[in-house]
Amino acid sequence: MDISTQTTDAPPPTPQPGIAEQKRNARGATRAGDRVFLGLSRGSGILLLVIMAAIAVFLTYRAALAISRDHGNFLTTFEWNTNVIPPTFGVAVLAFGTIVSSIIAMAIAVPIAVAIALFITHYAPRRMAGPVAYVIDLLAAVPSIVYGLWGALVLVPHMTGLFGWLDDFFGWTGIFSWDGGAPRSMLTVGILLAIMILPVITNVSREVFRQVPQMHEEAALALGATRWEVVRMAVLPFGRSGVISASMLGLGRALGETMAVATVLSPDFDIHASLLNPGGGTFAQNIASKFSEATADGRDALIASGLVLFVITLLVNGAARIIIQRRAEYSGANA
Amino acid sequence: MSKRIDVSGLTAYYGSHKAIDDISMNIEPRTVTAFIGPSGCGKSTFLRTLNRMHEVTPGGRVEGKVLLDDENLYGAGIDPVSVRREVGMVFQRPNPFPTMSIFDNVAAGLKLNGNFKKSELGDVVEKSLKGANLWNEVKDRLNKPGSGLSGGQQQRLCIARAIAVEPKVLLMDEPCSALDPISTLAIEDLIGELKERFTIVIVTHNMQQAARVSDRTAFFNLAAVGQPGKLIEIDDTERIFSNPSVQATEDYISGRFG
Repeated sequence: MDISTQTTDAPPPTPQPGIAEQKRNARGATRAGDRVFLGLSRGSGILLLVIMAAIAVFLTYRAALAISRDHGNFLTTFEWNTNVIPPTFGVAVLAFGTIVSSIIAMAIAVPIAVAIALFITHYAPRRMAGPVAYVIDLLAAVPSIVYGLWGALVLVPHMTGLFGWLDDFFGWTGIFSWDGGAPRSMLTVGILLAIMILPVITNVSREVFRQVPQMHEEAALALGATRWEVVRMAVLPFGRSGVISASMLGLGRALGETMAVATVLSPDFDIHASLLNPGGGTFAQNIASKFSEATADGRDALIASGLVLFVITLLVNGAARIIIQRRAEYSGANA
Repeated sequence: MSKRIDVSGLTAYYGSHKAIDDISMNIEPRTVTAFIGPSGCGKSTFLRTLNRMHEVTPGGRVEGKVLLDDENLYGAGIDPVSVRREVGMVFQRPNPFPTMSIFDNVAAGLKLNGNFKKSELGDVVEKSLKGANLWNEVKDRLNKPGSGLSGGQQQRLCIARAIAVEPKVLLMDEPCSALDPISTLAIEDLIGELKERFTIVIVTHNMQQAARVSDRTAFFNLAAVGQPGKLIEIDDTERIFSNPSVQATEDYISGRFG
C-alpha cells in the first residue's frame, strides 16, 4: 500500500469537456461504432428539442385560443367559470397558491434535507449512514397519491394541535390566524409537499457533499477546525451550488405536484392571507380537479393555466442558474 | 516560538494494518528536519501523527507518545483540534479554500481561533503573506479567489494560511511535488527563512531537496510491501548524505534502490 497517497485525495470532479471539443472529436470519428453512437446521441438531442418545441407550440396555441375567449382578465380575475359563454377565468389565485405552498415546502424541506445529507456524509457512523440513506430513498419511491391519502387521513386530523398553537401565539399576524375549520389549508399542503420533496433534495445534496475534495476538509482540519467548522469552511461552500440545484429539483416537484395537493386541499377561488384557513388552489390541483368535467373551452383554459405554470418553472430555474453562475469563479470545480 | 518534538515508541495503524512501527526521534526547535524514504515507508503517515491528522483517516489510530516541549499530544484530555492549532500543516497539493478570497484564506485560521481583533486582521494577513513571500504578487488582488493563483503561489498561500495562526511547528508533506522547479526554489528559500520562527518537518521524495533545505534528515524504509515502515536512522543531513551509518541509507541515497 502506498501510504503517501493517503494524504492526497480523490481528484476533483473533472470539468465536462467543452461542447466544441466534443464535436471536434465526434467529427474526426471514422469508426463505425463512433458513427453509430454519434447518430444515436445526436438523434436523442434533436428528439428532445422537437418534443420541447411541440409541447411549447401546443400549450401556446391552445392557451391563446382560451385567453382570446376569456371574458375576465386572465391574470387578475378571481374566478374559474369556464362552462358558460363567455367563460370567465384568471390565474391569480392559482399562481398565489402554487407559489405560497412551494415556498412553505422549501422553507421546511431545504434545511432539513441539508442537515440529513450532512449527517449521512459527515457525522453518522458508517453502519448507520447506509440505512438512513436507504430510508430516504424509500421516501422518494412512495407514489404521490399515497402521500395524498396519508395527508388527508393522518396529517390533516393531526394538524389541529399545531394550528391552534399557531393561532394562539401568532394569530395576530393574520398569516397564522385560524377560524377552526378543517386544516385542509395551504400550510398543510406545504408541509406535505415538504415531506415529498425531502428525498430528492437530500439525495442530491448528499452526493454533492460526498464529492467535497478531501484536501479541502483536511485543510480546514489542519488549521484546527472542529467538525462543524470543517463543514462550514469546506463542505457547505463547496456544496452550495449543488444544494441550490437540488432545491430547484425539489421546487420543480412542489410546483407541479397534483394528486397530493388535490387530495388534501379544500380549494376555493380566492386569495387568503391566512395559511391556516382552507381555500386557495394550485395550478396542478386545479387542472386535476376540473379537467374531467371541463368543456372544450374549459380544457383550453386549463391548458392556458398550465402554460403559466410552465413559465413560472422556467423563471425559477433561470433564477437559480444565475445564482449559481454569479459565484462560478469561487466554485470548487476549479480547485 | 518554536518548540521541540520528542517522539517515543510511536506506532500507527490503518485498521489492522500496522503502517509504522515503534518510531522514536527528537526534533530540535528552529531546525528543518527532512523525512526521506521509498514510497509506502510511512513517512507521510508519521508526519500526520505529529498533528493528530492520522486519526482523521477512517481506521487510523496511534500508539506511543509525541511530546511537544513537555506536553504529550496523545495525552488524556488533549483535544486534537487544539493540537492542530499548535502544529500547522502544508499539504502535497496546494489546497486553498476555493470559495474564499486570498485574504479570507489567510484569515481563515485566525477566525477559527476567535481571538483576534478585526482591526488587526489586515495586519496579520499582510505579515503572513510577506512571511510566505507572496505579498508583492497578491497585494492588489486580495479579494480575488485564491484558486486563481498559479500552483506555486497557491502553495505559498497555504503556507501563509498555516503561519498566520503562529503555530509552534510547521509540517510539510511533499510541499513541492506538484510544483515546477522555479516555484520549488521559491518554497525552498522560504523554508530557510521560516525555520527562524518555526520547527519545520518536511517530507520529500526529492533527495536533493532534503540536502538543500534540511539540517537533519531521517531515513525511513520498509522490509517489504505490506510490512510496517521503520525509522532506519536520523542524523545531521551532511552526515546522512556523505557518510551514513547504515548501509541501507547509503544504498537509497546513491540510487541503488527506491
